[in-house]
Amino acid sequence: MSSPSKVDKVLERHSFAKRDKLIPILQEVQAEDGYISKAAALRVAKHLNIPASKVYGVATFYNQFRFKPVGKHHILICRGTACHVKGSAGVLKMCEEVLGITAGDTTRDGLFSIEVVACIGACGLAPVVSINGEFHAKITPDKLRKLVEDIRKTENSNAAK
Amino acid sequence: MPQNNDSIGRNLAGIPASARKAFLTRAFGSEEYAAGAAGLRRETLSRAVIYVGTGTCGLAAGAAKTLEAVRNYIKANDLQADVLEVGCIGYCAAEPLMDVQLPGQARVGFQRATGDVAPALLASVFKDKAPAREYVLGQFEDGGKKWAKVPLLSEHPFFAKQLRFVLKHVGIVDPNSIREHIARGGYGAFLKVIHTMTPAQACDAVEASGLRGRGGGGFPTGKKWKIALSSDADQKYIICNADEGDPGAFMDRSAIEGDPHRILEGIAIGAYAIHASKAYVYIRAEYPLAIKNLKKAISDAKAFGLLGENIYGSGFDLDVIIKMGAGAFVCGEETALMNSIEGRRGMPRPRPPYPAVRGLFGKPTVINNVETFGNVSEIISQGPAAFAAIGTKGSKGTKVFALSGKVNRTGLVEIPMGTSLKEIVFDIGGGIENGLAFKAVQIGGPSGGCIPMSHIDIQVDYESLKTVGAMMGSGGLVVMDEKTCMVDVAKFFMDFIKRESCGKCIPCREGTLRMLEILKAITRHRRGEKDADALARFSGIMNLEDLSQVIRETSLCGLGQTAPNPVLSTLRWFRDEYEAHIFERKCPAGACTEMLEFTIDADKCKGCTLCMKGCPTQAIVGKPKVPHYIISEKCISCGSCRTVCKFKAVSAA
Repeated sequence: MSSPSKVDKVLERHSFAKRDKLIPILQEVQAEDGYISKAAALRVAKHLNIPASKVYGVATFYNQFRFKPVGKHHILICRGTACHVKGSAGVLKMCEEVLGITAGDTTRDGLFSIEVVACIGACGLAPVVSINGEFHAKITPDKLRKLVEDIRKTENSNAAK
Repeated sequence: MPQNNDSIGRNLAGIPASARKAFLTRAFGSEEYAAGAAGLRRETLSRAVIYVGTGTCGLAAGAAKTLEAVRNYIKANDLQADVLEVGCIGYCAAEPLMDVQLPGQARVGFQRATGDVAPALLASVFKDKAPAREYVLGQFEDGGKKWAKVPLLSEHPFFAKQLRFVLKHVGIVDPNSIREHIARGGYGAFLKVIHTMTPAQACDAVEASGLRGRGGGGFPTGKKWKIALSSDADQKYIICNADEGDPGAFMDRSAIEGDPHRILEGIAIGAYAIHASKAYVYIRAEYPLAIKNLKKAISDAKAFGLLGENIYGSGFDLDVIIKMGAGAFVCGEETALMNSIEGRRGMPRPRPPYPAVRGLFGKPTVINNVETFGNVSEIISQGPAAFAAIGTKGSKGTKVFALSGKVNRTGLVEIPMGTSLKEIVFDIGGGIENGLAFKAVQIGGPSGGCIPMSHIDIQVDYESLKTVGAMMGSGGLVVMDEKTCMVDVAKFFMDFIKRESCGKCIPCREGTLRMLEILKAITRHRRGEKDADALARFSGIMNLEDLSQVIRETSLCGLGQTAPNPVLSTLRWFRDEYEAHIFERKCPAGACTEMLEFTIDADKCKGCTLCMKGCPTQAIVGKPKVPHYIISEKCISCGSCRTVCKFKAVSAA
């Protein structure tokens, strides 16, 4: 859950900020909290002295902002042109099937979340996915399934301990 | 390289002695720069250097493990060697890349240098003194004695036809060293401009060079600057557009990751030319490494007095601010980008007024693409005539393309304007992978078009590409082979544009949604289709082209106006594929799985019931140990039976 102190800390860095700081502030809030909570959005609106509806309007416009916490392992699947031509649709489908969620969602145990991105910018190594910032090149549905299962195994054995 | 020595001296020739002294002393410790600069360029080495390409793509290919292996090797063998993380020389298919340079010997590059082979490769250089042949990519021209039996990197087919201008130093230099950049002539052009040229002269020089915007539009850069210069205002802005949203393009990322100072210098020169004291770099948040390197570059440039107030006594002030984009394709459009910087939804504004007259915060603003800025310092340094000598009549200089898709050698390719597409795909790219046949190349991202085999000889420049319904765009080049379905590609782009449409104007918001629906209807299976559905499908097909025209003519911004291009271009060259989908209900490339007819080969089926259990529509009937059968009326062609079958008994046609 979002702790108000974290948001306050971000806002402290932006005292006397104006409207043009809205997006950077939201980005920093998300970096701290992992997502934009309702409380945080209201707090930011008050700080910048703009209506909360405007904050919500901006936050929903951009793909980067999330309104739900992400999973412990955040899987980014690239759906750029090169990745598409090389079969990223199958990779996404496999990922959704294995985890039982659709893109944009988080599994109930909070371990995994899937996000689709327009392009990661590693087209020469398509198709590409990134798990918690670590890139995996030339991925196939089977390779991804294995990656996910490996993570799950480690998590399960950690939980057992 | 001797020309580098010259360029430091040449650029600084006309500037006041005090500024020259201050700058050289800051960079090299004294006004005598020759030896220091050669050392920084690593022309004379006292110990070996190992370079690892750790751009985003390199890391994706496993460069982090290579780096670790290299460090371990140095430790284990007690070597005297430095490890340097560099950007990417652009040959993505060969990554991870590792170069080794011994004192007095030419730098030699290895490909596919993953963590497990890196120690052996290092041993082949340090111990055997014969670089492992099967991994050698080539050796560099300069830097010392040549290796025997090692080809030159410049003769490698991927590099032979390239002309590296913007990417000259990417993958070669340490992106985090401002001193190395200065040693290679960096910031000389900037100091030359602010001390010896008026803003108008700087605009003239860029206009004379014939440089046109590399972001897609192709507007003459010098002209844009002049309009902003002649607008009277107390504050002006210059913006570097690094919001590389085009799926399939990554040259801006690589240029900033591998050589941030070159871009920064271009921005600084542009700022002076239009009298702007504030510059913004609007960069995608998806590029963390590029942001990190650019931040370091800006803070180093500040420390060296190249940014800030009264730069080297010239009276010119400049502040550079990084703004992170938040993931909206439309923000690549300049007026939408400005709205985003102002903290609003990234929606375009009607033009005119153009940004050069009234832009960011209502002030005159120039927006240029990363690659455009990457050209500027060399234009000043080498003179506009040298730049204008490259390329064709209307398109000067070079263009960087991100070559990807089903081609053997993927990567970043910089070629002089006027090179044929065939040379890029077949000579540089090495043709189609797995020996399949070439079908088309998609150029220019979602706003661009496809070019078929019949026009593969076309010259790459702004005008020629327009004649075949494509455009330069930002430089994505996605190669497609016979297994790529062009209707599916059009659908992919429409889906992308529909999602990224900002929603401000109706033609784009509703029109792209309708177009996507029509394409989806074409590529769907028809089992159980009702008469009304069939009618809707056919009326859609008949209206597809008209709808495209309406969207093109009535949308507010460039995104909407070019939104139908993927459909129009594939219709123009691959109408037969559309017709096969519509009339024969077949996907010739076999890519649209929904249209496939699945059958079970009774001879191969062992009756394991695996497919039966997995079938979401209970379309498979049969008993254990008896061959199964698919009821085609019930089948939705999801392909799950083919995936689970262990005996390869399920086939599709």
